[in-house]
Amino acid sequence: MNTQDIIKPENKVYARPRLLTENITHYCPGCSHGVVHRIVAELLDEMGLEDKAIGVAPVGCAVFAYNYIDVDWVEAAHGRAPAVATAINRLWPDRVVFTYQGDGDLAAIGTAETIHAANRGENIVIIFINNAIYGMTGGQMAPTTLLGQKTATTPYGRRADLNGFPIKMSDVLAMLDGTCYVTRQAVHTPATVRKAKAALKKAFENAIAKKGTSVVEIVSTCNSGWKLSPADSNAWMAEHMFEKYPLGDIKNV
Amino acid sequence: MQEEVKLMKGNEAIAHAAIRYGMDGYFGYPITPQSEVLETLEELMPWETTGMVVLQAESELAAINMVYGGASAGKAVMTSSSSPGVSLKQEGISYIAAAELPALIINVMRGGPGLGTIQPSQADYFQATKGGGHGDYHLIVLSPASVQEMADFVGLGMDLAFKYRTPAMILADGVVGQMMEKVVLPPARPRRTDEEIARQCPWAACGKNGRKHRNVVTSLELESPKMEENNRRFQRTYELIKQNEIRFEEYYTEDAEYLMVAFGSVARICLKAIEEAREQGLKIGLLRPITLWPFPTAELQRLGAKVKGMLVVELNAGQMIEDVRLAVEGAVPVHHFGRMGGIVPNPGEILDAFNNYFTEAK
Repeated sequence: MNTQDIIKPENKVYARPRLLTENITHYCPGCSHGVVHRIVAELLDEMGLEDKAIGVAPVGCAVFAYNYIDVDWVEAAHGRAPAVATAINRLWPDRVVFTYQGDGDLAAIGTAETIHAANRGENIVIIFINNAIYGMTGGQMAPTTLLGQKTATTPYGRRADLNGFPIKMSDVLAMLDGTCYVTRQAVHTPATVRKAKAALKKAFENAIAKKGTSVVEIVSTCNSGWKLSPADSNAWMAEHMFEKYPLGDIKNV
Repeated sequence: MQEEVKLMKGNEAIAHAAIRYGMDGYFGYPITPQSEVLETLEELMPWETTGMVVLQAESELAAINMVYGGASAGKAVMTSSSSPGVSLKQEGISYIAAAELPALIINVMRGGPGLGTIQPSQADYFQATKGGGHGDYHLIVLSPASVQEMADFVGLGMDLAFKYRTPAMILADGVVGQMMEKVVLPPARPRRTDEEIARQCPWAACGKNGRKHRNVVTSLELESPKMEENNRRFQRTYELIKQNEIRFEEYYTEDAEYLMVAFGSVARICLKAIEEAREQGLKIGLLRPITLWPFPTAELQRLGAKVKGMLVVELNAGQMIEDVRLAVEGAVPVHHFGRMGGIVPNPGEILDAFNNYFTEAK
């Protein structure tokens, strides 16, 4: 028996999502972005949104998200994705607009745009990758970096007196009247991947139903930035990140 | 809506003209002396009639990035602000230029630097014509001198922006924004349909909608040879604009022995000064650049070979004078008279300045 005998349609349990391109990813092995991209691509296809979806990419590791998910994209300036998405959604109200942003983009430089888009209740999906570090620029402190966590700009660990506290941005956004759904998920186990996909599906359904802003935070790993193996990163995330950023729905109206 | 004759402020004329042009969206943040643009749009509620989107953003940063988003999706979109607010918009303007998007930006200038004053100024000439944000780019810069031109340049600016896929700016001084004049508002035309947008903007990221390939609007290119090629393409566009779009107006230049050069409301004050001077036998002409970029360099060169000297009058410490001197290349003396801090000179002051510089003219 050779491999060709096994590769048959009836044996297929796993395939590349149709809307995930074959471009070679620039993400590090073990990074959460790949999994999140996959489930977003799967969902856009399953929900029949290929023709209607418009993604807004951030500045940060996901700056090249437009190379991987085969729908229309706009690459925004750092932090401005929710403002860009606001206009696209208002000018094309029958389209489905989502942003894909990291913690620095969404919770530091783009805090104002994030809060005000959510507060206006823009009918968009905000996908928020929280890996507690700046991956693209080489592992500097993020607004969500944990106290004590070592980064390139907190080489002795983040100190509250020097650097302030990690921000729980999803909790902030849940307080706003414009958000209809705020949830915090992860993608480090098959079970969490399934839950994250269900959460993203609900978020896209909300956007289609014009219920307001949906925020799906994915607590993620950055094994390169954290200087851990992919497996150790998952363990570190479960041990340290979930305490500060507990998984589950924060708001579901 | 048919053509209508109205009495209104320049800022109000912009709002009316935008609706009548068929603008798809306006995004702005209040700042004196241009807040009437947003106020008038909110009062006119165009979303009920033409479907135009009007949104008060949380900041100028958000507003210009909304313009970036709307333009990326193929829509005709604009923003307006005044000097400090336009400084905040520079990041977004650079991205819009780099992504080769059409957009209209209006700056009703007030005195700076810093928070400065709310009174009129022309001190953002450098910012508007030399780039403003980071990187090698230019805006098409239109300078209105009347409420009529405030209205007319909305359509002209947006048309040029679409023609060249590059942002255009109306660089108005606070005088033109705030003063009331008669204005003929153009007849209204409908906004473009989705099909027209798809035809006009095949590059727009507005959903694939049956298209086989995805559209991506980005200013990012990490491969240097490709980024250099992008820059060469931008520069070719700018060369084309220089060839085709230079606009200016001249008064009394045929027999002029001296020339005044001024833009915006100041050009009208200069004209008054020139008419008074001509009564005294002083043959002065006026060149008013309408496009500040591209600048009427060749015409100034031509006039530089003809006249004995030039006086550049501006509401700043001397900005456009640099472009005038570059054009004239030392052929004749070029002097400057400027007021700052929000002060607008009267014709007598301008004539005094002229007489001080050109004593032989009397």
